[in-house]
Amino acid sequence: MPEALPPEVLKRLTACLPADALLTSVEEMTPYECDGFSPYRRLPRAVVLPHNEQQVQAVLRICHAAGIAVVARGAGTGLSGGALPVETGIVLSLARLNRIVAIDPLNRTARVQPGVRNLAISTAAQPYGLYYAPDPSSQLACTIGGNVAENSGGVHCLKYGLTTHNLLELRWISMAGDRMTVGGSGLDGPGYDLMALLTGSEGLLGVIVEVVVRLLPTPPCARALLASFDRIETAGAAVAGIIAAGIVPAGLELMDNASIRATEAFVQAGYPVEAAAILICELDGRVEQVDADCGRVERLLTQLGATEVRQSASEAERKRFWAGRKAAFPAVGRITPDYYCMDGTIPRHRLAEVLARIATLAAEHGLAVANVFHAGDGNLHPLILFDANQPGQLEQAEALGARILQTCIEAGGSITGEHGVGVEKIDAMCLQFGPDELSQFHAVKRAFDPDGLLNPGKAVPSLNRCAEFGAMHVHANTALHPGLEHF
Amino acid sequence: MTSHDQSLQLRDQVLAALAAAETLHIRGSGSKAFLREDAAPPASRILSVSDHTGVTGYEPSELVITVRAGTPLRQVETVLAEHGQMLAFEPPGFAAGASMGGTLACGLSGPRRPYTGSARDFMLGCRLLNGQGQILSFGGQVIKNVAGFDITRLMAGSYGTLGVLLEVSLKVLPRPEAERTLVFDLAADTVLARMSDWSRGAWPLSALAYDGERVLMRLSGAEAALKASHRHLGGEVLAEADRFWQQWREQELPWFHDPAVSLWRLSLAPASPPPELPGHWHLDWGGALRWLKTTAPAERIFAETARLGGHARCFRSAVRQPRQPPLPAPLAALQQRLRTAFDPHGVFQPD
Ligand SMILES: Cc1cc2nc3c(=O)[nH]c(=O)nc-3n(C[C@H](O)[C@H](O)[C@H](O)COP(=O)(O)OP(=O)(O)OC[C@H]3O[C@@H](n4cnc5c(N)ncnc54)[C@H](O)[C@@H]3O)c2cc1C
Repeated sequence: MPEALPPEVLKRLTACLPADALLTSVEEMTPYECDGFSPYRRLPRAVVLPHNEQQVQAVLRICHAAGIAVVARGAGTGLSGGALPVETGIVLSLARLNRIVAIDPLNRTARVQPGVRNLAISTAAQPYGLYYAPDPSSQLACTIGGNVAENSGGVHCLKYGLTTHNLLELRWISMAGDRMTVGGSGLDGPGYDLMALLTGSEGLLGVIVEVVVRLLPTPPCARALLASFDRIETAGAAVAGIIAAGIVPAGLELMDNASIRATEAFVQAGYPVEAAAILICELDGRVEQVDADCGRVERLLTQLGATEVRQSASEAERKRFWAGRKAAFPAVGRITPDYYCMDGTIPRHRLAEVLARIATLAAEHGLAVANVFHAGDGNLHPLILFDANQPGQLEQAEALGARILQTCIEAGGSITGEHGVGVEKIDAMCLQFGPDELSQFHAVKRAFDPDGLLNPGKAVPSLNRCAEFGAMHVHANTALHPGLEHF
Repeated sequence: MTSHDQSLQLRDQVLAALAAAETLHIRGSGSKAFLREDAAPPASRILSVSDHTGVTGYEPSELVITVRAGTPLRQVETVLAEHGQMLAFEPPGFAAGASMGGTLACGLSGPRRPYTGSARDFMLGCRLLNGQGQILSFGGQVIKNVAGFDITRLMAGSYGTLGVLLEVSLKVLPRPEAERTLVFDLAADTVLARMSDWSRGAWPLSALAYDGERVLMRLSGAEAALKASHRHLGGEVLAEADRFWQQWREQELPWFHDPAVSLWRLSLAPASPPPELPGHWHLDWGGALRWLKTTAPAERIFAETARLGGHARCFRSAVRQPRQPPLPAPLAALQQRLRTAFDPHGVFQPD
């Protein structure tokens, strides 16, 4: 149990918040002790749940004056411990700022508070024939504030971009309590692109209190192809082949045999359980475009080695193709006591090779891995299956995870594509960046939060920590495309 | 194509300026010097990136190209075109020699921007020389990457005030299978409403502009989809459309050049009503970008644009006047601290 807040701070917080907005007992705070990355748990000094922006601002001012750390929190679905409480501070939940302020159909935007759930935006926009494109699998629960803070992706990001590509304006409050707006009602705003910096900053730079997102017209037609492969490497190469052919599908997902079987047992999506891998490729747009693209992709998939290609004949069938993919994580959860979801990215033309490497590494650690991921983006999600009750297995899982991330860096990729660094990958950051880059990150952090009170200890490791971790910065660039012609 | 790695020479120049407590103005080719607010800096203070050239990585199947900042934009476009690909933000160069680095540092995007994304949207990674003479590497060559703050995208539109972009990795897109530009003659007061309707209609739009007389709509995609869309939408097909869009984005049309009046760039919500300002208008980005030729005073333009929730910038100035409104105080202070974070000694001054 961390130290209680100083009485004068409690008094000031009580004065500016409604009675139900300040939690200090263990029972009340326990639901906030972790996010979706549950191995790490910790109680904060208090949890505050303000109802409006003025209260958020007041809380930040009080904490700033008293030197108390603040961890912002949305729905707590983050997978890297970004919303994990810190001992020195409070949790600031934005969950009650959950109003959709306005849908503007003429300008195709939604103005929403940070605690609005991702899916609620598309639901509210639907009567106007519009939707919000980034669709993390957690979209029923996760908040737009959390999406901005993590720069979240989803199944449709290949064509429609990540959160960062779908924002027009952010209103946010600095640790010192200054309220600022970046972006604007047009497609660009004045000054430095602070929206780019704030997006994906994991609650380290400011607290987001209002977001204007871009809405898109709902495509009149969407169709999915389901392709089976007898080798996962062939499926990986087919992904690169589709992209190389100049097609940008709305979504392009890969599932290996372990996840196909787990999923079939769970939701009976009609997947071929004998296949080594399947690809789900969605194409959308006007019907004539979808007809043309489906024909091309179907031929391509066959040329690229698919043993069977099915095309969804109805909206119901398209949804069934996706039902399995969407249920894949919980389905894998049913076949193993525990799993550890990794999140790394690689260039797509190295998919086949890296998938083979992951299988070898898994065998070395005596653990099984299920793969279900955003293949079109080169965003891997190896799920490492283990049993935390078996002595040593958690350590093996973590060790395997670290080697998978190192493999991603060596292949010219990144340690995280969408789940963020949080506390989980803080050491892996020492592999991806050298001391000069890390120092530059710290300098940026100081410009926003000179006292280091916002989400301390997350996302960017201290140089000392990297020195203790003792890992060598992997120079991806030197290993990248060594055989490629340089001109 | 030429390929020269001048990273170390550029770093030495920054270190020398630091040691001598002098300033530097980063310059690509100088093609966008007309955007400059102040008098041109003396030649001795220019840090020229134009010899730092070459494509250092291009994997067409990956839709990613990595280029040194001095590489001419036209050369990058040529290399991509050979593989049926393009810079989908259609950046204007404003001169034959425009460099890739300068193009990104100005963060300008062309007519395709609302439909495919802006310059910064396509930036995946960069190598950067900061004001302490350190060469830093951020982002990478992959589409998704959330490790560390997104410093790469921050560089777009920073006008060389944070550091020297040495190398950038950009996402590229396949060229559309086909394109077709339709022309509509509409009464001026109906243009915005029609643009708004079309923009909500899920048409395969890739440009939607108004040149003061007619609306120009470009469609991109499979031939069958363009045909069907054309049938629904009506409009006449524009001949030599590629040439038109080229001249449009490069502002080669005579309308954009009038030494007696200033050219303003207003970024507004696309359906926002016409600002109450005197002058002549061209529209781009389906109404979200509005070009205004006017002699109205800067303060009036700033006030009216702010009233509409937008942002104005003087693009080509006929008189000495403020180019942009001042930022609110907390933002201005933050920007200054951010600049110091990259360039603590103030070496880099805007060119
Ligand atoms: C089953 C499951 C599936 C998932 N699928 C995906 C997926 O497909 N793609 C994907 O990208 N992610 C996915 N995630 C991860 C997670 O849902 C996202 O990271 C999501 O954006 C987190 O939102 P949240 O509201 O839960 O944020 P939280 O977990 O509460 O917080 C995440 C981070 O954001 C900060 N934060 C939250 N709100 C604010 C704010 N208003 N201002 C400033 N900082 C703030 C927190 O401090 C923390 O660092 C998945 C998670 C689960 C459990």
